[in-house]
Amino acid sequence: MFARTASVTAAVSRAFSSTAASQHKVAVLGAGGGIGQPMSLLLQLAGEVSELALYDVAPTAGIAADIGHCDSRAKCTGYTGEDLSKALDGADVVVIPAGVPRKPGMTRDDLFNTNASIVATLANACAQHAPNACLGIISNPVNSTVPICREVLRSAGVYNPQKLFGITTLDVVRSNKFVGDAMGWDPANVNVTVIGGHAGTTILPLLSQVQGLNLDDETLAALSHRIQFGGDEVVQAKDGAGSATLSMAHAGAKFTVSLLRALNGEANVTECTFVENDLTDAPFFATPVTLGRDGVDTVHPFGELSAFEQQNFEAMLPDLQAQAEKGIKFAQSL
Amino acid sequence: MFSSRAASIASRMYSTTAPSAAKVAVLGAAGGIGQPLSLLCKLSPHITELACYDVVGTPGVAADLSHCPTKSKTTGSLPDPEAGAWPVGGEGGLKAALTGADVVVIPAGVPRKPGMTRDDLFNTNASIVQTLVEGCAEHCPDAVLAIISNPVNSTVPIAAEVLKAKGVYNPKKVCGVTTLDVCRANTFLGEHMGKDPADVDVTVIGGHAGITILPLLSQTGATMTDEEREALTKRIQFGGDEVVQAKAGAGSATLSMAYAGYLFTENVLKAKAGATDVVMPAYVESNITEAEFFASPCKFGKDGVEEVLGFGEMSDYEKGWFDKMMPDLKAQIQKGKDFVA
Repeated sequence: MFARTASVTAAVSRAFSSTAASQHKVAVLGAGGGIGQPMSLLLQLAGEVSELALYDVAPTAGIAADIGHCDSRAKCTGYTGEDLSKALDGADVVVIPAGVPRKPGMTRDDLFNTNASIVATLANACAQHAPNACLGIISNPVNSTVPICREVLRSAGVYNPQKLFGITTLDVVRSNKFVGDAMGWDPANVNVTVIGGHAGTTILPLLSQVQGLNLDDETLAALSHRIQFGGDEVVQAKDGAGSATLSMAHAGAKFTVSLLRALNGEANVTECTFVENDLTDAPFFATPVTLGRDGVDTVHPFGELSAFEQQNFEAMLPDLQAQAEKGIKFAQSL
Repeated sequence: MFSSRAASIASRMYSTTAPSAAKVAVLGAAGGIGQPLSLLCKLSPHITELACYDVVGTPGVAADLSHCPTKSKTTGSLPDPEAGAWPVGGEGGLKAALTGADVVVIPAGVPRKPGMTRDDLFNTNASIVQTLVEGCAEHCPDAVLAIISNPVNSTVPIAAEVLKAKGVYNPKKVCGVTTLDVCRANTFLGEHMGKDPADVDVTVIGGHAGITILPLLSQTGATMTDEEREALTKRIQFGGDEVVQAKAGAGSATLSMAYAGYLFTENVLKAKAGATDVVMPAYVESNITEAEFFASPCKFGKDGVEEVLGFGEMSDYEKGWFDKMMPDLKAQIQKGKDFVA
């Protein structure tokens, strides 16, 4: 029997877990923002969350009071200012959407100057107050902010490559939706593997691996391009009012809930995510990862690429490496 | 079975049976409530088309939502069809948003600031609701209207009067959403009892403002001292104020209201699709008390409210509140009716 509110997140999680209610604390850093607020709502409604801590530089007491009125079991508390440590204490998962969004014409890399410092500060706090937590990074440019986190965590002596994730779920979500629409399939039944990074051409959807996807080369290329620049599509449509917030809230919550289910012992929880691995020459590379009680359980090779995908892969890898290097250099300069 | 909340929101994202066509229009979709409400609608397997309408921002909101991996179609429109829409080049305008809508959810309007009552919003929000409901009368007269815009106690009567003037009023289809009061009651009582609020079900009757919100705690079987009863009752009645205060000028409840508004909408759709066990509170035209509009448990069916149910026995304590709040409720109803007259 589906619990009333746990089922809200069936849209977020793939299967209703019948195991005993897990006790997991999730901290959202940047909870007051365009992504943070709706994502926090989805997390509050997720049966896997028992405690939700909201943190932002602007006061979050109001958002926590608001969310706390939902009749789901999670206890929601808002923190701000000097109380970052309290938000982080005991957190099993820390999700970080904090930072500024793009305006039309900007790349995610244009956000680097502002968001790099924000993420470094928050990563440092995580190192101090939640060294064993899984960190899910949403703040762009993910291709650089994740390496920044690694350097900060390493300096603090707490880096665990099993517990640092760049959240690329939105690219998978977009892929599933666009492929579904193109083929007349329910996107809920589509599962595209998206590898690489989380910016423009570093996003590489492996459409050649989608069973039954019989589209001509031109259409496949257009589909691939639309997935890669899906973020830009929303930035354009919002005309200065921001970038993807609602779909990102869904994607962020979806990944977080998958992580919680895996931490709880559920088997076969697999998500594409941007983690450290040796699959390519880039230090971090998004690939299907089976999650487990300790975070990353198995990094899966991404399988065969079509000629088109191989071409894209080779073209984007230097960019991905450069963006990682930019993050690493920034962190090392702190 | 009292299901004030959806038995399972999006319980089966991978449902193999396609829902029958179910279009939901959200009027005020770019606002603080509208955006997260639209997100929950977009993620729902019960909705096949989501139309986002507002005076600004909806092409962007719809573009964002359209990337969510559900089959439903998403559109965004503004009052002026020429001003832009989603998909780009789409029809735009209120008519496109409303045509074919099965449920129209209306969170449009301004929120409270600290110190304000919901009634203080009347001057601004009354006209907004009037205009939008005029559009509903013209473009989707058979839709169920779920009104969130405050003050609900008055905006629902406004809607009824507008629809009457157009000759399309159906009292089974015009509802004020009071679900958030139930969520709050469940949460606060759950805290008091040390129970998961998901296992708590409080009947809340009356209206949707201050003391017109009447939680029937006596029916829950929970034990409490008189002081605790008073504190809980007041907390439920002024739960909205609690959030307005905590937001310190930044608004009122948005996220919990989005959740409650979605629960209500999903239940209406389930009933429309044939579910026979949908019972939830709604503020509707009612003859179970002297107030022309009153919130009580309602059985929903294929055509909106099938039956307005009674609310059982009140304790003496609750009767005291009932007697105290009824004049306020009636006055707020009359204010709404007078606005349109």
